Amino acid sequence: MMLFDFFILLRQELMITAIIFLLLFIKLGKERNNETILLLVNIFLFVNLAVGFCCNTEGAIFSGMFTTNTLVVFEKNILNLAIWIISMQSYAWLKTHKQVIEFYLLLLSSLLGMFFMISSGNLLMFYLGLEMSTIPLAAAANFDLAKRQSSEAALKLIISSAFSSGLLLFGISFIYGTTGTLVFSEMATQITNQPLQLFAFILLFSGFAFKISAVPFHLWTADVYEGAPVAVTSFLSVVSKAAVVFVLVSVLYTVFKSLSEVWYNIVFLIALLTIIVGNLFAIRQNNMKRFLAFSSIAQVGFILIGIAGSSQKGTASVIYFLLIYVFSNLAAFGVVSLVSAIKGKENISDYKAFYTTNPMLAWVLTIALFSLAGVPPTAGFFGKFFLLLAGTEKGSYWPITIAALNMVISFYYYLRVVKAMFMDSNEQPIGKIVIPGFSKIALFICVIGIIVTGLFSWIYDYIFSLSPSF
Amino acid sequence: MNLSLLIILPFITAMGILLSTGLKQVRIVALAGSFVQLGAAIFLLIQYWQERSAGNHSPMLFDVTYVWFAALHINYHIGVDGISIAMILLTASVVVAGILVSWDMEKLHKEFFFLLILLSLGAYGFFISLDLFTLFFFLEIAVIPKFLLIGIWGSGKKEYSAMKLALMLMAGTALIFVGLMGVYYAAHSFDIMEISQMHLPIEVQKFFFPFAFLGFGIFAALFPFHTWVPDGHASAPTAASMFLAGISMKLGGYGCLRVATFLMPDAAHAYSWIIILLATIAIIYGAFATMMQTDLKYINAYSSISHCGFVILGIGMLTQTSINGAVIQMVSHGLMTALFFAAIGMIYSRTHTRMVAQLGGLLKVMPFISTLFVIAGLCSLGLPGFSGFVAEMTVFMGSWQNPDTLYRIATILACASIVVTAVYILRATGKTIMGPISNTYSHLTDATWNEKLAAGILVAGIVLIGVAPFLINQLIVPGTENIMLQIGKAITIK
Repeated sequence: MMLFDFFILLRQELMITAIIFLLLFIKLGKERNNETILLLVNIFLFVNLAVGFCCNTEGAIFSGMFTTNTLVVFEKNILNLAIWIISMQSYAWLKTHKQVIEFYLLLLSSLLGMFFMISSGNLLMFYLGLEMSTIPLAAAANFDLAKRQSSEAALKLIISSAFSSGLLLFGISFIYGTTGTLVFSEMATQITNQPLQLFAFILLFSGFAFKISAVPFHLWTADVYEGAPVAVTSFLSVVSKAAVVFVLVSVLYTVFKSLSEVWYNIVFLIALLTIIVGNLFAIRQNNMKRFLAFSSIAQVGFILIGIAGSSQKGTASVIYFLLIYVFSNLAAFGVVSLVSAIKGKENISDYKAFYTTNPMLAWVLTIALFSLAGVPPTAGFFGKFFLLLAGTEKGSYWPITIAALNMVISFYYYLRVVKAMFMDSNEQPIGKIVIPGFSKIALFICVIGIIVTGLFSWIYDYIFSLSPSF
Repeated sequence: MNLSLLIILPFITAMGILLSTGLKQVRIVALAGSFVQLGAAIFLLIQYWQERSAGNHSPMLFDVTYVWFAALHINYHIGVDGISIAMILLTASVVVAGILVSWDMEKLHKEFFFLLILLSLGAYGFFISLDLFTLFFFLEIAVIPKFLLIGIWGSGKKEYSAMKLALMLMAGTALIFVGLMGVYYAAHSFDIMEISQMHLPIEVQKFFFPFAFLGFGIFAALFPFHTWVPDGHASAPTAASMFLAGISMKLGGYGCLRVATFLMPDAAHAYSWIIILLATIAIIYGAFATMMQTDLKYINAYSSISHCGFVILGIGMLTQTSINGAVIQMVSHGLMTALFFAAIGMIYSRTHTRMVAQLGGLLKVMPFISTLFVIAGLCSLGLPGFSGFVAEMTVFMGSWQNPDTLYRIATILACASIVVTAVYILRATGKTIMGPISNTYSHLTDATWNEKLAAGILVAGIVLIGVAPFLINQLIVPGTENIMLQIGKAITIK
């Protein structure tokens, strides 16, 4: 293979690595002020995003360990987009932070790990990528250096990740024991209904469920989300969840294809449980971050329903929804992070009468929440509709009814925030916030994304055309 | 005529409102936009008549299809028949009237008019959709503005009412969604006209009809899912009450007819006795509940439950005449309640009370508004010459054509409810506008020009239908014949 092809295939990973090294060199050089660094980083990340869109190629390197195709590149582009938006949104918080470069080093190494995980063609590579993405995150969760809650969050994250990694490894070893291979494509032909393989599947699936915080493996989520800095929380709830879901989709549809009768019911059961528990807990939250944490648990439930569909509709609707989820969740987190960085307030009750002082931010948050709730004309409506449409394909109408009615519950808590902002009165509303330029760009991209991704069908059609059908 | 105009016009108006500043600019833009919409609706009516008299007998006119989500066979398919045109005209008149009565909206005026126009966009889109996805999309667009309109500009326990309304209507859309899924996977299409040609399997119809019908029924205040109606209407600001009663509840009736009954006629037959039962309960319960109310808005809201019961009754009876009656009742009730709420709003803005017991003798100081009140009341109790009589009479005649004993009993009970209606309407009217006037009200002024214009448009509609019912009949009969054709197929298959 030509060296050049090698570079092209690995271009997104190499780009991230290059940025990491550049940042290290900047760190070695003379002291610079945060604004310059942040400007540079954001430009780098934009270039990184742009590079992903050029020259699509398919191929496998490292003897099949690393595979890539148009769909994988697209998935990585989604993650690149998300991290660019997160980086711009955390401008207000990082401007005064002492360890800016270290923060980016951790975040980008984690992203690099995710890229390898998504591209893996082998369980070993997958596990390597997963660990590489998790460990830096635990350090990043500790990045509100003065806050005790932040270190608590880091500890909880690392312990729960270690536990789920253990489950994954256990499952992987069983799979290796029964099939004699770690390569995905060879494994698929070997997997049948043997009890040991079913057991291995359950373990593997539990490991995944931990990472995407599906019920009953969700307990770490709320505490970690609340304690970690908002930037890390949004990274955890969007980027890291999306990456694991991407892998889960391809693993379920390819490797465990012969077990689809089994996992169909499991996925549906877990999905409904996740939606219901996430919803019921979200109703009672008063902290914005905890509230978004539980609402994101409920969203994962909807994603799992999409996975239960057939491969093409299922894959397409899940990836499409995650793209929308990037825009809508990051718009919500963007507003929350601004308010928390500038005014230090994080409770829903603080948001009362928010509209009187910050009408623009209130509208952005409203649009984001409507998109999360699935109200047209926002993209969230299309995302949810197609997920449930995919999930209904095999005729599970009663579970879909439960899921659809749960959307009403989720509607209640999203509207609660809208009600606080628009209808309630407050003696001391959050004061007028001057939005930094970067945050403005980020929020603007999110809002445009929320509107365009849904109404303009070519995005869905494109994803659909990429999704494999068997 | 390009039907997409009915979506583009409100959209442009809404954008214009966002760009303008100050109450004066905003309301001028909103009014101009709504008048253009009304003009477009009337133009559509004229074109429709020209097409029909030129001998065009296709079930849907002006239909256009654009591929939207090709992978899932979702199209943006729009088209109209007489029923949709009647609904569009109703929507357009209520929008103009609603904007005129909110002429002096001080608080957050820009947002207020923006949401009103957004709501009308959803309604227009819903009435012209011939694709279930598009229809569902527009239906949900019409829900959210209501939540904000009631919650921000309402009165009384507005947050509670807004939340209750939004959640109940969303539950309705959730049920509709399941119904749509069932139809989609049975027919592999979202296209209403295509599905109607297919004749879905009986089991599919029987399973999914209740979802679709109940879902739309929640919008149309079907008993026992009517509880959002009184609170929602009573807490809403005047224009939002008019929109709710005049437009939103019609979304439900139209959906019951166009989606549930038209696409699943066999199931409509099988379940018609349940529909009739619920409708009769709604009619009688609504009428008696109204008797106990002391607040003018609650009186009108509960009577809406009763009147919307006639719509459901007409649909459930499944005869040509009764369905005609149901459609006329939708239009008539929309105009009449909008007028009623407008009159109540005018009284409230002057006297600052809606309690019947505190009012009295208003005829002396505000003759115009009192006359509107009387017209709306008389239309509501079905006086000949107004639209209410035509609508209810048609429903009763159509219902009587159904020879089954149970259906006969239901018809008689529904007829009897008119007496109760007369009692509460006459009592409220008498106490409010007749009798001695208290000193606090003696200096009040009569309607302003905008209120007169708003009322004029609504009254014109009511009287036109009442005096010349053949006009609306001619308009809707081709549409209802088409629906009857579907129902007829179902009977012969049985």
